[in-house]
Amino acid sequence: MQATTWRSTIKAGLLTGVIALYVALTGMVLSLSKRPVVDKLSLGHVVYMLVFVVMGYLTARRSSWRTTRPALVPVQGLVVGGIGAALLALLPVFGQQVDLSWIFVTTKPNLYKFLLFNQESMAVGVAYLVLTGAALGGIAALLPILPEVLHQGLLYGAGFTLLLGVLSDLAQRTVLKVVLKPLFAYKGLKPSGALILFVVLSVLFGLRHWWLQRQRERSTMEVILGERPAWARGVQQGLLLGFLLILPVWLLNKDAYLNSVVNLVNLYIIMGLGLNIVVGFAGLLDLGYVAFFAIGAYTVALMTSTGDLGHGYTFWQALPLAVILALVAGVVLGIPVLRMRGDYLAIVTLGFGEIIRILANSDWLKPFMGGALGVLDIPKPALGNLVLKEEYQLYYLILAGIFITWFIATRLYHSRVGRAWQALREDEDVAEAMGIHLVTTKLLAFGFGAAFSGLSGAIFAAKVGSVYPHTFNLIISINVLSLIIVGGIGSLPGVVVGALALVGLPELLREFSEYRMLFYGIALITMMLVKPEGFWPKKLNVYSRPQDDTGPATP
Amino acid sequence: MALLELHNVHAYYGNIHALKGISLTVEEGEIVTLIGANGAGKTTTLRVITMLLPPREGTVTLNGEDLSQYRTHEIVLKGVSMVPEGRGVFARLTVLENLELGAYTRDDKQAIAEDLERVFTLFPRLKERQGQAAGTLSGGEQQMLAIGRALMSRPKILLLDEPSMGLAPILVESIFDIIQEINRQGTTVLLVEQNALMALQIAHRGYVLRTGEIVLADTAENLRNNEMVQKTYLGME
Repeated sequence: MQATTWRSTIKAGLLTGVIALYVALTGMVLSLSKRPVVDKLSLGHVVYMLVFVVMGYLTARRSSWRTTRPALVPVQGLVVGGIGAALLALLPVFGQQVDLSWIFVTTKPNLYKFLLFNQESMAVGVAYLVLTGAALGGIAALLPILPEVLHQGLLYGAGFTLLLGVLSDLAQRTVLKVVLKPLFAYKGLKPSGALILFVVLSVLFGLRHWWLQRQRERSTMEVILGERPAWARGVQQGLLLGFLLILPVWLLNKDAYLNSVVNLVNLYIIMGLGLNIVVGFAGLLDLGYVAFFAIGAYTVALMTSTGDLGHGYTFWQALPLAVILALVAGVVLGIPVLRMRGDYLAIVTLGFGEIIRILANSDWLKPFMGGALGVLDIPKPALGNLVLKEEYQLYYLILAGIFITWFIATRLYHSRVGRAWQALREDEDVAEAMGIHLVTTKLLAFGFGAAFSGLSGAIFAAKVGSVYPHTFNLIISINVLSLIIVGGIGSLPGVVVGALALVGLPELLREFSEYRMLFYGIALITMMLVKPEGFWPKKLNVYSRPQDDTGPATP
Repeated sequence: MALLELHNVHAYYGNIHALKGISLTVEEGEIVTLIGANGAGKTTTLRVITMLLPPREGTVTLNGEDLSQYRTHEIVLKGVSMVPEGRGVFARLTVLENLELGAYTRDDKQAIAEDLERVFTLFPRLKERQGQAAGTLSGGEQQMLAIGRALMSRPKILLLDEPSMGLAPILVESIFDIIQEINRQGTTVLLVEQNALMALQIAHRGYVLRTGEIVLADTAENLRNNEMVQKTYLGME
């Protein structure tokens, strides 16, 4: 028993080392080292140190000693972090003897120096690294054996402190800047600031956990079902609406870059809401979703451009046509794939997405669509005399798009056809045997999904002012699908969460953009392992609501 | 004229000849059972009747009307409703939503509400759990839900595919009681079962299916007393 636990601890340590080495070899450590998080501690440090922390924490969580011999659990963490760091230390030790850069281009002397904390003597540097790893692993392993309130409080406190440190320039610009300003240095947090934030946030999250636990113990039906009274929901929605409406005036018009990131996220939300109908509601895996985005964008581009290819219509004339064309394209694509399920469907739709891009790129259609040179000079939408040329003005246009699509998606979900989609998703044969017409039901899903994407593309074209075929590559389809999965398949708030996490964050952390795909991969794998239902899943009714209309249920 | 009649039906999965010319009839008001071992073609027969697997040869008629001119989703409009093997409830939808989907083809709200009450009277458990996701129900409750859902289309004939599968004996008993009750209320039943003993106790007539062919057809009582049936399907020596 004891021996096996030690053996698995050592195994975890070796795994930690391999992961840390991998992180170091991808070059992430160095390229992220330019973003300070707390004082001299940069994001580069955080990235590889997180490996020790996470592994120490997970080891402790899974430890069989957690209840029987809690005193030994931190020792396990210590061992895991120490072994991991020691393995990582092998990299500079070896690397300085043997030139590895012909295999791993990132193994440069400055990486070694960075990993060894810029120490002159290698021995001291290695000692620092191993001690840091062991300490981090040990501290992280303490968390699971603490009382739950402390555990949750410290965990979230540390997490959010780090997040604020990473996003320091954003945090400093918000309305809280008066409060937060003294905590931040020019870039990143001050050490004292980090400490204060950590303590305050830990206490707050601890209290929150305590409160939630108490609620759960009182467990009325409303709490179990997670329902709040109507007025509370009204207030909440009002506040959210107000926040969304004043966001540009308050923050975004002062920062064009942030604003364009928000607009991009919002365009992805519209697309996500559309794909969610196809994938989430109806369970049809569509990998060619970018095609409809492209159709919407090209329709607006070609109809409104003031250049040679354009036809001089206004944005508002082009918009409905863009949506309708995308819808028709969605239905047309749907017809050949009606009989396909799962993987086969995914492959065919993937092909369709590529066809549209290649057509737009082709010499054949060049006289009409501009080929690789794209369509330029797309005017901004105008409301009367007001031209929506600033990003913060476009924000409102996109927001309106989100509201409309959100409303339609909600209504559809609860409609007759929405039910049919869900039945289809659960079991196609049985759905058909219930009398659901598979053809119309599937085509409606494809059509609606495509229409939303077309809307998003139409606004995108007007926002950017030019469209090129290479913009519409497979990556967009994958992005949209990933954000749905991360957010929670079939859940509308999940789309928002997913878009913020997968589109917003990487844009804000520009250093990450090189590792975006890596980041997606990690996010998706972690998601599937830890929280396969997504960050904000659709609630499943596990308990029955007491019936108000029928009195006590008959046994 | 029989309510449901299969005449010389041949069906294939690709090149596999699954049904080799079977003929059977179900009269109005009857419980007819189709028994046989694994792979005998019992489920296939139901898939043919609902046109999930259209027959390559032979005819399926309901009240004399050829069903092969219809697609699966139209069959339910003709009055044929199926309880699929393994229950096939829509797991992430609630009990009530499942039942409502059973009435998908109908729009007479009044009558649907009446049928819902009828299902709830037959299965009080479903009423208690109407707001709950179907996937969280127990096996027996899911079977009740699948039967209830099939009744929501007000079928003339109910096709049941192995309702006893995976259920505790006591639950099987009560499910079979309910099937009899449904039949007494006027719904014709075609019951596909491996549990021949139970099926032959409630059925009026039965067919024995072996590798795609009907080898015996008789009243349930005669089948119960048939030596071959006793040996092969009832496990009696």
